[in-house]
Formats: sequence, C-alpha cells, structure tokens
Amino acid sequence: MTPGWMKAALARLPTWPYRISLSARSARALTLIALLLPPLIWLGVVYLGSLFALFAQSFLHIDEFSGVVVHKLGFHTYAKLFTAANLDIIRRSALMAALVTIAASIVAIPIALYMALYASPRLKSIFFVGVLLPLWSSYLVRVYAWKLILAKEGIANWVAEHAGLGGVLNWLLALPGLGGPSLSTSYIGTFTVFLYVWLPYAILPIHAALERVPKSLLEAAADLNASSRATLLHIILPLIVPGIAAGSIFTFSLTLGDYIIPGIIGPPPLFIGQAVLAHLGAAGNLPLAAAFSVAPLLILAGYLYIARRLGAFDAL
Amino acid sequence: MRDIAVELKDVTHRYGDVTALSHINLTVAKGEFFAMLGPSGSGKTTCLRVIAGFEQPTSGRVTLGNEDVTLLPASRRAVHTVFQDYALFPHMTVAQNIAFPLMIAGVKKKERMTRAGEMLERVKLSKFGGRRPAELSGGQRQRVALARALIDGPPVLLLDEPLGALDLKLREEMQRELKSLQRALGTTFIFVTHDQGEALGMSDRIAVFNRGRIEQIGTPTEIYDSPRTAFVSTFVGSANLVEGPRAAALAGAPTRFAIRPERVRLADLTSQPAAGALRVSGKLIDSQYLGAAVRLTLALDDGGEFHITLRSGDLEQEALHTRLGERFAAEFSRDDVKAIPE
Repeated sequence: MTPGWMKAALARLPTWPYRISLSARSARALTLIALLLPPLIWLGVVYLGSLFALFAQSFLHIDEFSGVVVHKLGFHTYAKLFTAANLDIIRRSALMAALVTIAASIVAIPIALYMALYASPRLKSIFFVGVLLPLWSSYLVRVYAWKLILAKEGIANWVAEHAGLGGVLNWLLALPGLGGPSLSTSYIGTFTVFLYVWLPYAILPIHAALERVPKSLLEAAADLNASSRATLLHIILPLIVPGIAAGSIFTFSLTLGDYIIPGIIGPPPLFIGQAVLAHLGAAGNLPLAAAFSVAPLLILAGYLYIARRLGAFDAL
Repeated sequence: MRDIAVELKDVTHRYGDVTALSHINLTVAKGEFFAMLGPSGSGKTTCLRVIAGFEQPTSGRVTLGNEDVTLLPASRRAVHTVFQDYALFPHMTVAQNIAFPLMIAGVKKKERMTRAGEMLERVKLSKFGGRRPAELSGGQRQRVALARALIDGPPVLLLDEPLGALDLKLREEMQRELKSLQRALGTTFIFVTHDQGEALGMSDRIAVFNRGRIEQIGTPTEIYDSPRTAFVSTFVGSANLVEGPRAAALAGAPTRFAIRPERVRLADLTSQPAAGALRVSGKLIDSQYLGAAVRLTLALDDGGEFHITLRSGDLEQEALHTRLGERFAAEFSRDDVKAIPE
C-alpha cells in the first residue's frame, strides 16, 4: 500500500517524457559548450585578453630616472602622449591613412567593377592573379624594390626625365611638406608605396560586394531607361558601400599601424608604428608604446562609428 | 488591322553554337495581351529579351511602334520588363523603387512621389510605400515590380514568368488582376509562361514556342481546338496523338490526328458503337482521381497508350472505370478528331 502523502508527492514529480526531454536538452547544451569553449577561450583570453593587457599597460608609467615601469594606474603616460611632438606623429599617421584609404577606394572601384561586370572569365582570373600575386611575395622585398624604383637614380626618375616630365617631377618634389630630395625620401613616395601595398585589400572586398549584386538589378535599371552612369550612381555604388567600407577599414588600419614602409621610404619624421617600435626598443618605455597603440584603436573605433551612423553597413 | 506595337521579322539568335531562336516572325497589335508559351529552353524568354533589348539578335529586325530598334540598347527602348525574380532595388523603399523610372526621366521629386503614391494605390499597396522590398511577401513584391514597370506609361510591358513564384491561389488572383489592369490601361502586354492554363486563360493570342521556333500563333480557341502541329496538340492541353496505319484505318483520310481525352468515352466492348463514332480497344491500366475529373489510361491492343478524361459524377461511366485490368473500347466522335498536317 502506498501512503497518501507519497502518492501526492509522486503526482507532483515531472512526468517521464518531460524529464527525458529535459536531460536531452541539457546534454545538447553541454555539447554546445564543449564545442564553443576552445574558440571562446582563444577569442576571450588570448585575443581580447592581450588587448586588454595592452590597454592596461598604457595606464602605467615609467620612472624618469630609473627607467623602471611603475605599477600604479594613472594618466601620466597619456599626458606624455598628448605632447605636441607625439600628437604630431598621430596626426601625420591619421592623415596619411585617410589619404591612402581614399586613393585606394578611387583606384579599386573601377578595377573591381571591370573584374566583376565586364571581364571574361579568362581575363578575370588574370586580374585575380595580378591582384593577389604581390601578396605572395615578401612585403619587405617589395618595399625595398620600391625604394630602388623611386630613388634619384631609379626608374621613376629616369622615365619622368625621358618623357619630358622632369619639370613636373621637380615641381612635385619642391612642394612644401610633401616633397623632398627624391621620391623615395618624400611623403609622395611613402603615399605611393602605401597605396601599392594595400590596394589588393581594397579591391577584394569591393569585388566581392559587386559579385553579390544580382545581374537582374542591372538589367532592370537599364530596362527602366537608366544610363550606365545613372545605374552606377543609383544602383551599383549604394549596393557596394559595405564592400567599400570593409576595404577602407583594411587600408586605413594597415596604414595607421605600419612601421616598415615609413621607415624605408619617406622623410625622417615618425609614424605611429615607428614610434611604438622606438619606445619598445632602446627607450624601454612599454607604457608609452601601449598608449601609442591605443591611439589607432580609438581612431578606428571613431571611424567605424561614423561609418555605421552614415549607414555604411545597413545593407549587410 | 490594328496598329502594330511590336514586330519581329525573321529574328534568329545564337549563343555560340546553340540556336536559341530561329527565324521568328511575329506581330503584336497595340493593346493586345499576347502570350509566349513553351517548355523551358524553347526560346520564349530569349525572344522576350530580344524585344527588351538585353540581347542583340544575330540576324533579323525588331520594330517597336514604327521605330526599328534592332540596334538600340535596352536603356533606350520604351518597353519595360517585369522580371521573374522581380529585380527590385533592395536599398530603396517601395515608393523609391516605383518612382525610379520617373527619377531617371528627370521628373521633380515632389511630382514623382505623388505619382508613386497613386501607383501604390492602384496596386493596393498604399501602406507599404516606406518599406524595403525585403519586408514584403512574394505577391506584394510582384505588384511593386508591376507598378514600377507601368508608372511612366510604357507602350509595351514585357512579363517574364510573372506568376511563376506565387502559390496557386495567389496566382489565380493575380491572373485576374493582371488582366483587368491591362484592360484598364490599354497597354500591350507580352508575357512569357510555361503554364498553358495561364496562357489560355489570360491572353488574346498565344505563340507556342518549341526548340527556338514558333509552332503556331493564334487565339486560345484556335490553339486548343485546331492545333496545327503534334507538339501544340500535346503541349497545350493533353491529347491522344494517333498516326500512321492506325490513323488511316480509323479515320481514313488524315494519317495523323489528335483527340482530346475529354472527348473520349469508355464503352463496353460488346456494346453497339454510336453512329459515326470511332473506337480503339485496350486494357484499362490506370484510373487517377483528380477531384473534378477522373483520368483513365488504356494500354491499346496494338501498342501505345490512350488517355480518357471523365467528368466526376458521370454514373454510367463510373460503373465501368472501376473495373481496372479489364478490356474496354474508347469511343470518340469523328467530329472531334483534329487532323494534324505531317
């Protein structure tokens, strides 16, 4: 005989099917956690954790006399960062990154348009190899090659002179702020090499965005009597804005943090990457180096925020 | 003869070695609802694309109104197209999509928004002007595509399988709406379809395409009642095609004819044939209940199959066709036989 209270308690227990489904559900949850944990650890600890460590470093400061890092949080280092000389470095880097980004988009859009919409499959693969091939060779070698190309005795100068453009080149090099003794020691040279090195990163996302535009939309625009110009302006460009934005994030951030190109090509004043390197090296000023690397992060965050507000990612 | 809206003269179109269209001649009158019917790969869509200007024909001429447009690109032809996938611009609102042709034509913003509003009302989407195409259902997108293509009053509207992506109920509703819209506007509609029911029900005239050629052009009744080729007889509606010695033995003169399955009745082999009736005999091998009708298949004694469609509720016939596996006669009147030229 089962006592009455026990019957009541049993009745209150969840029924079997319910319990089975619950345990199946929790088993599934466990599997999910097991599968997600390794990438989550990688992303959370190794990736974001190191970024956080960097960020934290920038709030420490270095003792002026002993050169030892003082483990006390504060804004000493940021005060250092905001001195005129350092702000100059940041301003120079940001301006260069902005100009390279704009130029890369202007050059990349027509190339990507031709690749995606007009080139035959054969020509398209030739274009792809042309865009990707430079990425397969050493970046350093290519930059040094550019140094030779742009040097006073280099091929760029030689071509300009033989094409009767020596005057134009001299006029460019005489421009205050931009010019210099030769292309390879001027900001024009730095800009040219940045543009060359990062161009594939602008072309590929724009091309991918164009490939996603259904061909029937272009036919529909033509069918409704839009000229090629109107189709480009009203249909194609708005639809590839996310691709342009993605490409610009690459070119902008890569230029902003690079220390090799401005070290090899261009005048002596430093860019952010070089400043970080200098403070990490002989100076041993880890906190200031960290503060310098926080600057591009903030600039990029601001850039992304504005791009988002302008609706650059709406179509994603 | 009414004024001509579209004329194709001896149009041939090849993609490499493949001939998509071969010597197409057709004339569509102003205000006509014209269907281009055919199975996939028959050339009907290529023909539409040639009229729209997306394809330059390899040879032949295309005329719109009185203007030879063979060499004009799509962007300079007055015709508009409703695409199979609707091709709405995803980054624009519904109203902006509809107003697009007006914007291209340089109409002032205020006026084009007013006219887009009127068009939205016409296609019963007034409330949806501010939405994006992605937020609409298939049927609503279809109306937007229609409104966009009609807003600047094109003389000819091309529709590429416009109802293909809709479910059956919606399709029937849109068929009626399209037809009444076309009547109200008086615009010439040329539409491509592989659905013979749609073509028969909506159009003034039909061109039946097969393998890049036109098999027959005519009114729905002409196409259905007097098919001129074996292909037309079997593609538009279904038909029992009888040819060769059997045809000669049955009907005498025509050596090839078609008989619609709904014109055939089932009869006992022992019964007396009606006066002037023709008979074939075979074993009843299949009976398919379709709701309004029953479709029977006879395996003929001398080879081949023969189809019969009976109206549901025909008691006398129903008593017979439940006897699956027995031999029967299929009886039809000589008057219903459609002779098909070889």
